[in-house]
Amino acid sequence: MAQEIIEVPITGKITTVEVKVGDTVQEGDVICFIESMKMENPILAPVAGKITQLKVAAAQMVETGNLIAIIEY
Amino acid sequence: MEVWLSALNSLAQGFSNLSWQNAIMIGLGSVLLYLAISRNIEPLLLIPIGFGVILGNLPLSGLSARDEGGVINLLYISGILTELFPVLLFLGLGAMIDFGPMLANPIVLIFGAAGQFGIFLTLFLALALGFARQEAVSIAIIGAMDGPTAIYVTSKFAPHLLPAVSIAAYSYMSLVPILQPPIMRALTSKTERATLMAPGEKKVSRRVKILFPVVAGIITILIAPTGAPLMGMLMLGNFLKESGVVARLADVSQGALVNVVTLFLGLCIGASMLGGDFLRWQTILVFMLGLIAISLDTVAGVLLGKLMRVITKGKINPLIGAAGTSAFPMSARVVQKEGQKANPKSFLLWHAIGANTGGQVGSVMAAAIMLAIMTGMGIGPLSR
Repeated sequence: MAQEIIEVPITGKITTVEVKVGDTVQEGDVICFIESMKMENPILAPVAGKITQLKVAAAQMVETGNLIAIIEY
Repeated sequence: MEVWLSALNSLAQGFSNLSWQNAIMIGLGSVLLYLAISRNIEPLLLIPIGFGVILGNLPLSGLSARDEGGVINLLYISGILTELFPVLLFLGLGAMIDFGPMLANPIVLIFGAAGQFGIFLTLFLALALGFARQEAVSIAIIGAMDGPTAIYVTSKFAPHLLPAVSIAAYSYMSLVPILQPPIMRALTSKTERATLMAPGEKKVSRRVKILFPVVAGIITILIAPTGAPLMGMLMLGNFLKESGVVARLADVSQGALVNVVTLFLGLCIGASMLGGDFLRWQTILVFMLGLIAISLDTVAGVLLGKLMRVITKGKINPLIGAAGTSAFPMSARVVQKEGQKANPKSFLLWHAIGANTGGQVGSVMAAAIMLAIMTGMGIGPLSR
C-alpha cells in the first residue's frame, strides 16, 4: 500500500488531535490543530486512507518537518 | 402651578429636541452593540463605537464629539484631531507584530506594495466623483485596510469625513474573510490555488530582528518624513518587543495602552457620528469607494501573485498576493484557508504572514507618500 507522510508545516503547539491510529480518514479531514502565530491551524488529511502512525499529542511543541502521521491508502 | 409646568417642560426637553436623524443614529448604535454582543463582530471596537453613537446623538447631553467642553469633545480634540490615538495604536501594533516571516523571505514585500494599489486607483475615482483632494486622499486610504492609518490621514486632511472613513475602514477590515475569497477564486483557477509552496519557515537571528526596526525606521522615515509618527511608533513598538529586555514596556504597549486607546478612539468616533452629518449621500459614496479600494488591493495582489507564479515556474501560489494588505492577520488567515481548501496538502500561512506584515509596512508607506505629495503640493487640511 502507498503511504502518505504528514509533516509539521510550521513551528507551534499541537492543541488537539482529532484522530487515532487505526482510524479511517477522508481527504480533507482534520488530523490535528497547530497553534502558531497566535492562530489555530488545522492540519488536513491529504488523501483518504487509514492512520497507521500518529506521532503527536495535545500540548506537544513541534517544529517544521516533525512527523505528524502516516496514512496508508 | 407654573413652576411645576416649567419643571415638567424641562424634563421633556430631551424628547422635544430629539430629531428623527438622532433617533435613526441611536438605532444604528444599538445595532452595532447587538452585532458586537450577539454576533461577536469586532466587539472591542463596536461596543465603544456603538455606545458613543448613542451618547453623541442624545440631545442636550453634551456628549457628542462636537459639544465644546464636553468630556468626549475633550477626548476628540486631544486624541483624534491631534492624531495622538492612531499614533499610539501603532506603538501597540509594532509590539504585536513578528516581522520574522517577512525578514526570512523579503521577496514577499513586493506583495505588501501591490496590496496598496487600490488606494491610488480609488484616489483618482474619488477625484473624478468631485471630492476635494483632501477628501479623496482620506477616502482612498481606506484601501490601506488599516484603521489607525485611515484615521491618521483623515484627521489630518478631512476631519469631517472621519466617522464615515473610520467606520468603513474598520468594517471592511473585519469583512476581509467575506470580501477577499470571491475575488481570489474569480481570478485564479483551482490548479493555481492548489499550488504547493515549500513550508519556507526559516529562523531569523535575534540580531536581525533587533536591527530591523531601527534600520527600517530610519530608511522609511528618511524617504517619507511625513509618515514618521506612524512608522516611528510602529518600529519603536517592534523594537520594544524584539530587544527582549523591556518585556514590561512591550506588554503594556500591546495590552493596556492599546485597550485604553481603542476604547477612547471608538467612543470618539461613535460620538462624532451625528445624525445630521452622517446620514448623507456622501457617507454612502465613502463606503462604496472604500469597498472598491479594498477589492482592487486584492485584485492587484492576486494578479501579481499569478505573474510571480509564472516567473518562478510554479513555485509561488498566487493566493499569497491577497495577503499583501494591512488587515493583519485576517488576510493571511484567508489565504491559508483558501489554499488548504484547494489542496489539503497546502500550508501557506508562513508565506502569507510574511506578505501580510509587508502589507503593514506598505500601508504606512503608502499613507506617508500620500501625505508627502499633499504637503509638497501645499495642500493643507480642509476646513468645514
